[in-house]
Amino acid sequence: MHEFRVQVGPAAFRIGSQWKRPLDQLAEFYRDYPVPEIPDYSVRLESVSLLRRFIRPSVAINGDYMLPDAAPLPLAQGLLAAEMAMNLQMALGWRRHLLLHASAVEKDGRALIMTGQSGSGKSTLAAMLGHRGWRFMGDEFVLVDLDSGDAVPFPRLISLKNEAIGAMMATALDGRFGPLMPETPKGDIRHMVPPADAIAAMSRPARPALLLFPSFGFDAAFREVGPSEVFMRLTQASTNYVALGEKGFSTLTRFVQTVPARAIDYRDGIEAEALVNQLWAECV
Amino acid sequence: MTHDAMLLVDALRDPAGTARLDPAGWTALLTIARVEQLLGTLARKLSGLPVPDAVAHILDEARVNAEYQRRSALWEADCARRALADYPGKVVLMKGTAYVAAGLKAGEGRHIGDLDIMVAQADLPQVEAALLNAGWEWVKEDAYDDAYYRDHMHELPPLIHKERDRMIDVHHTILPLTARPRPDAAAMLSDANALANGLYVLSPTDMLIHSAAHLFADGELDGGLRNLWDLHCLMSEYGDDAFWSALTNRAAHHQLLAPVERAVRLAHQLYGTEIPSGWRRWHRQDKHYIRRLTARDHWGRGTHKFTRLIFYIRSHWLRMPPLMLTRHLWTKWRKG
Repeated sequence: MHEFRVQVGPAAFRIGSQWKRPLDQLAEFYRDYPVPEIPDYSVRLESVSLLRRFIRPSVAINGDYMLPDAAPLPLAQGLLAAEMAMNLQMALGWRRHLLLHASAVEKDGRALIMTGQSGSGKSTLAAMLGHRGWRFMGDEFVLVDLDSGDAVPFPRLISLKNEAIGAMMATALDGRFGPLMPETPKGDIRHMVPPADAIAAMSRPARPALLLFPSFGFDAAFREVGPSEVFMRLTQASTNYVALGEKGFSTLTRFVQTVPARAIDYRDGIEAEALVNQLWAECV
Repeated sequence: MTHDAMLLVDALRDPAGTARLDPAGWTALLTIARVEQLLGTLARKLSGLPVPDAVAHILDEARVNAEYQRRSALWEADCARRALADYPGKVVLMKGTAYVAAGLKAGEGRHIGDLDIMVAQADLPQVEAALLNAGWEWVKEDAYDDAYYRDHMHELPPLIHKERDRMIDVHHTILPLTARPRPDAAAMLSDANALANGLYVLSPTDMLIHSAAHLFADGELDGGLRNLWDLHCLMSEYGDDAFWSALTNRAAHHQLLAPVERAVRLAHQLYGTEIPSGWRRWHRQDKHYIRRLTARDHWGRGTHKFTRLIFYIRSHWLRMPPLMLTRHLWTKWRKG
């Protein structure tokens, strides 16, 4: 079993693989990240059978936390398998912060947090803003500190999907991109290494200052979202809210009471950026 | 061929000995503890001992998780209690939920999955109806499986609650009806002890006998180290002279003396459980059990495929007579 270790924000991973290539890719893209001694979670990329290790190799996603019905991926999508496995450990295992399925960027020590369903554009927006004057904090999970309420970064590789791939390659001309993986279960996927400042500052938290619920594909607009709706939507966006018990409740309550929230509609990055800047100026 | 799970056995037996672990040793220990569902238990045993910072974070997380499991297990038990409020018979909690509800050491830090309860066999239709009425529903909508459970198993087909997504196993005895030993379920129910909330737990001897039967007379020893740890805790907590002599008679009455003796011997050998000298007999097959229980590598993967296969075949052999096994596997195979 080949092995690779990486620290992303507060979480440390050990990734084992029967094939060397996915780990070489990880080592290349995560080369500026710290290497932990004792990992929090182990994940394993293993062949579904001895035969499928060599012929049309197929990667089963195993690890400390597993989904019983997770479909294997072709070896060419090994990098995606590793990323999915690491996300799964966080979603099912992490108990040190309130975990929100959200993206975040930072400016002046304050965090803009964006949450929504897959396809809302939260990941692409964070990646884009990360190249336009904001510090990128993460495109998948935001970790809310249970004592201070601060947002803790989790700047893993950015996962770009479908039309976001072309848009980001045009925006981030100096960006480092992974291989194009066409027709994955989530569509076309291409990973992107976060900007250098995001990696260098990955242990620096920021105070949540604005929460957005973006919706991609509608005419530019925004509306206020009331605290009870925000609370309900964030309990659904959190994988560990229930497990954290009273701490989860008090952390989420404080978040909802102190962070203004808006839903925004947009058709492209330029519209979105204008809305973000307008709301940031009004609310923060 | 590795037996890295001995790292976990050693750490539970001698927590201070973990001071000798290097980072690779810690990584293997924590990975194996997680896959054996003993990380919460390990976190309890290592409380207050100096450990590397990275390990301390992982153990804190395991404590949060164990508390969550305890809280949700007790909540689920209370939901069942309310659903069965009009049922006049005893509702006996079993396994993990029973340990935490009774405040036993075996429940400290324990991983708890489904809710297991036991009721009188004659009352199954009434209990089933009450649970269905309170929001539980069948997991398997398969006529063969359903009939198989009802004719041959020691429990109803599993039910899952449609809102809370939690499973309940309703037992009426402790072994499949096709297994050779025939435990006296009626005696278990009549000797069960009441908790303050009106639910029951098995008597100390029956609790231990059930755990031993589950480990050595039914399953294929998956998760066996956790199960054996339960047994170690029960023996340590209950094991006075009166208990040990009652245990022999009670286990013989349930036709389960052999698995109980094996549980006692293996707990002593692996976890250093204090047992009376009369129970310390070596059995030539014990070493195979230890081999099977500790067969993991430092990634937490099961090793010793052949030993595992033998124990898998054994588990089915114990569950049903050969002709019936053949018919069962034939039906399962045809259904794909």
